[in-house]
Amino acid sequence: MDHKIAVNIANVSKSFGSFRAVRNVNLQLKEGEFFSLLGPSGCGKSTLLRMIAGFEEPSEGTISIGGLPMAGIDANHRPTNMVFQSYAIFPHLNVEENIIFGLARSGLSRSEKRARAEDMLAKVGLEGLGRRSAHELSGGQRQRVALARALVLEPKVLLLDEPMSALDKKLREQMQMELRALQRSVGITFLMVTHDQHEAMTISDRCGVMFEGKLAQVATPHELYQKPNTKQVADFIGGMNFFDGSIKANGGTRLEVELPRFGQLSVDAHGVSDGIGAAVTIGLRPERVHIGSERPEGADVAVPARVIDRAFYGETIHYYLELEGRTDPLIASVTNFERADHFEIGDAVWSGFRGGAAVALPKK
Amino acid sequence: MNRVVAVLSRIGRLLPAYAVLYIGFLYLPILLLPLFSFNDSKILGFPLTGFTTKWYGSLAEQTALFDALKNSLIVAVVSAVVATSLGTLISRAITKHRFPLRRISQTLVMAPLVMPEIIIAISLLIVFLGIGIGTTLFTVILAHSLLTIPFCVSIMTSAFGQFDDALEEAAVDLGETSWGALRRVTLPVVSPGIISSLLISFTVSFDEFILAFFLSGNSPTLPVYIWSQVRFPAKLPNVIALGSLLILISILFLLVAERFRRRSERFTQQPE
Ligand SMILES: Nc1ncnc2c1ncn2[C@@H]1O[C@H](COP(=O)(O)OP(=O)(O)O)[C@@H](O)[C@H]1O
Ligand SMILES: [Mg+2]
Repeated sequence: MDHKIAVNIANVSKSFGSFRAVRNVNLQLKEGEFFSLLGPSGCGKSTLLRMIAGFEEPSEGTISIGGLPMAGIDANHRPTNMVFQSYAIFPHLNVEENIIFGLARSGLSRSEKRARAEDMLAKVGLEGLGRRSAHELSGGQRQRVALARALVLEPKVLLLDEPMSALDKKLREQMQMELRALQRSVGITFLMVTHDQHEAMTISDRCGVMFEGKLAQVATPHELYQKPNTKQVADFIGGMNFFDGSIKANGGTRLEVELPRFGQLSVDAHGVSDGIGAAVTIGLRPERVHIGSERPEGADVAVPARVIDRAFYGETIHYYLELEGRTDPLIASVTNFERADHFEIGDAVWSGFRGGAAVALPKK
Repeated sequence: MNRVVAVLSRIGRLLPAYAVLYIGFLYLPILLLPLFSFNDSKILGFPLTGFTTKWYGSLAEQTALFDALKNSLIVAVVSAVVATSLGTLISRAITKHRFPLRRISQTLVMAPLVMPEIIIAISLLIVFLGIGIGTTLFTVILAHSLLTIPFCVSIMTSAFGQFDDALEEAAVDLGETSWGALRRVTLPVVSPGIISSLLISFTVSFDEFILAFFLSGNSPTLPVYIWSQVRFPAKLPNVIALGSLLILISILFLLVAERFRRRSERFTQQPE
């Protein structure tokens, strides 16, 4: 994949009255990548998307697409197309008429347009449904029509606003995989907005996490999960146990951290540059917490604990552990394989973890 | 306590009978019109003397009646078009935009619905005479537009209320200008509502009497003409025959309007 920039968002802010919905966002989308904007509802994701599409003007900053600044260019002249949250299928037109809607000014003949529509219908798996009227379509089919209608115009960037939110869980998972496959086959840059971290992690090349209008971190799903930049990101992307401690030594890439009552361990510094004695928070994913009836061998931290709650998720079980000297329960996630130990609420157990499993979290 | 419930439930059982009586009282007299129109007698009353279609046959000879019909059609068509156009624009503004005094302007637009027509008629008469444009079909058209706009606004706000604004944005996103989006998406999607609004306002204008009576001057509309003829027994059977035809046409119009209203609901509804 070449790394030409498809979209460049530079210092972009958007205010509605005195409310700042998007705050000083800097982001570059590479050509041909699948990028997800992830964040809780109301954090400004749609507003950012709508500024790229041309439905809102940035209050500050510039947006360029394919190297061209977009200021003053109306939505109908931008090389972007959008899949709306409601899909916005034109109800008075059939599937084919919906798909060729945007080709009206293309100068193509009627038969050329229909050929393109056929082509797109095949790509999105709706062969032979061109004559269907809009209100005979299921939710999944509506989404496919919305995709076909946008992609037939061959935009530089396809914008998708929560495209899965109207689908039920089973269909959503299927459409996620199909969407990913479609993006690979057309090679167009996709920018998807979602509040579902699982969805963003499954289908994106890279994700940006937004909170309250600010872009908190941009990274691959793997990086985002393993090395979240802040406590907020860590918490949003899957569960995370937090420990407060102080720095004993800072070796640049590794950090010696003293956790009161639990002892000293060496963790990934992850950009924390504070000196000796400074307070630091470290994060530990639940699946990196060991739980067993014997004291774990080779763990940097090993402490007795008591099971206070349990949640069954099918492929995993979460145990909530009470540790002496810790107010929040420590969450341990255990894969539910055949010979796994099972514990009951009230059981006395051993818990532990290695320093290599934990990561230092920079202060926000 | 139990007694009250018992009495209430007995009354409740009588409600269907009450409803039937009520509807009968309202509509049976209307059915008398077609009945008499086929009766072979100049006197409206029982007993019926024989079957005839001559009152329908001689309708064509009544030139004054046809002039009045023509006047009514002109007024109804023009005011339906004017009221529906204005009503559509007003409804789009009310449903799409937030602007200062939005609620108040909405109430103002609906006011003619609850104002006594006679008051409107007299006020308009004073104004029209005052500014010196006199009373013609044109003034009736103005008055009927004012009267029917509330009907159009309530039909069109309901049509736009279910309209997904993303449809317009989608059209623009796919390369249309905002004018093109209006022409290719918004208007077609709400077109059943527009047709229903045209039919309703046409019907309301067509049989409106008070405003037309005050404002039509020397060119009476059909209801005004009929009213003036009721005094002459010789013309009455023809009037009754025409009235029967109009009832039929009105019912057809309302049925068609209702069909379009339903279709507009289906168009704009979001599937789950
Ligand atoms: N046109 C607007 N006028 C005023 N406030 C708006 C407008 N659009 C969005 N907002 C506000 O901006 C914030 C972010 O909205 P949005 O971008 O839709 O969030 P998200 O898509 O992340 O859920 C919300 O608090 C919302 O109320
Ligand atoms: Mg949103």
